[in-house]
Amino acid sequence: MPGLMSRLSLIFKAKFSKALDRAENPNETLDYSYEAQLRQLQNVKRGIADVTTAKKRLELQYSSMQQQVDKLDGQARQALAANREDLAREALTRKAAVQQQLGGIMQQGQQLEAQQQKLIEGEKTLQAKVEAFRSQKEVIKAQYSAAEAQVRIGEAASGIGEEMADVGLAIQRAKDKTDQMQARANAIDELTATGALEDFTSSGDDIDRQLAAISQSGQVDDELAKMKSQLEGGAAPKELEGEETK
Amino acid sequence: MIVRLLGEGQFRVDDSLLAQLNELDDKVEQAVEAGDERALWDALQALADVVRANGEKLADEDLAPSDAVIPPEDLSLEEARELLQDEGFIPDVPAEQTS
Repeated sequence: MPGLMSRLSLIFKAKFSKALDRAENPNETLDYSYEAQLRQLQNVKRGIADVTTAKKRLELQYSSMQQQVDKLDGQARQALAANREDLAREALTRKAAVQQQLGGIMQQGQQLEAQQQKLIEGEKTLQAKVEAFRSQKEVIKAQYSAAEAQVRIGEAASGIGEEMADVGLAIQRAKDKTDQMQARANAIDELTATGALEDFTSSGDDIDRQLAAISQSGQVDDELAKMKSQLEGGAAPKELEGEETK
Repeated sequence: MIVRLLGEGQFRVDDSLLAQLNELDDKVEQAVEAGDERALWDALQALADVVRANGEKLADEDLAPSDAVIPPEDLSLEEARELLQDEGFIPDVPAEQTS
């Protein structure tokens, strides 16, 4: 069995040789290749722009999630001040779930940032190669016999094809990543859209199970305890004692 | 020989490194067979490190095709399996997807 590295290189070569079979004489091949490269370069630019747009959209979504976290925190405080520990617990449970998801998305976002940077560099390399191909094709046309030209074109075109496929793959992976992040972000949106203090005991879907797990983890208890002690430090406890029976 | 690190570019490395690269390449395949993503990443990282440390980056204008292609260091097991089975992992060149 051939190694992964050489097999990969063969796959890349096969991907681009198809395009070269279409033209019959070297000069046609050269012009055809160059035109195809320019079109592909445009598609690469478009692909990178799509990834950038998707990423920006996600960033907007994070900030609204961050606001949601703050809001849930506020609701928990209100609930506790009103002596509704059950509601406060629900709000904090939800807050913890959103925070956990947010953390995951942020981490993916950082990876995406790095990928995006590489995409931009890849586009630059590709642009330089297409430019080099343009000047080389004139040299090949002028200096080489048909047979020699065919060989040189084949090499140059497969070098570019490889670069093209590399950037294409990077775009594909970045797109997949934004899709994944989008799906997670949407799940959080659903989680928070229902409102913290309503409809909490619905069927046991994935989010509910996560919420239950977090609740058990003690994070919620800790926060409840913290909030309580903060409240007890203020003037509230005395008033509450005085009104115990309402 | 010329080696491409996917997503990063091409490097010219001395042929004397071939044995070392092949050994690490085997580790990549073993990790995929064992379904061990951690080991896969370690092997891919090691491969890339060898190339980066010993290779000379090719100029952007160089049109030479690569003799070997090394997948990205964060390749998932799923992607690696696709890669070993068929050509599904590598998308068609962009112009062939849409007009």
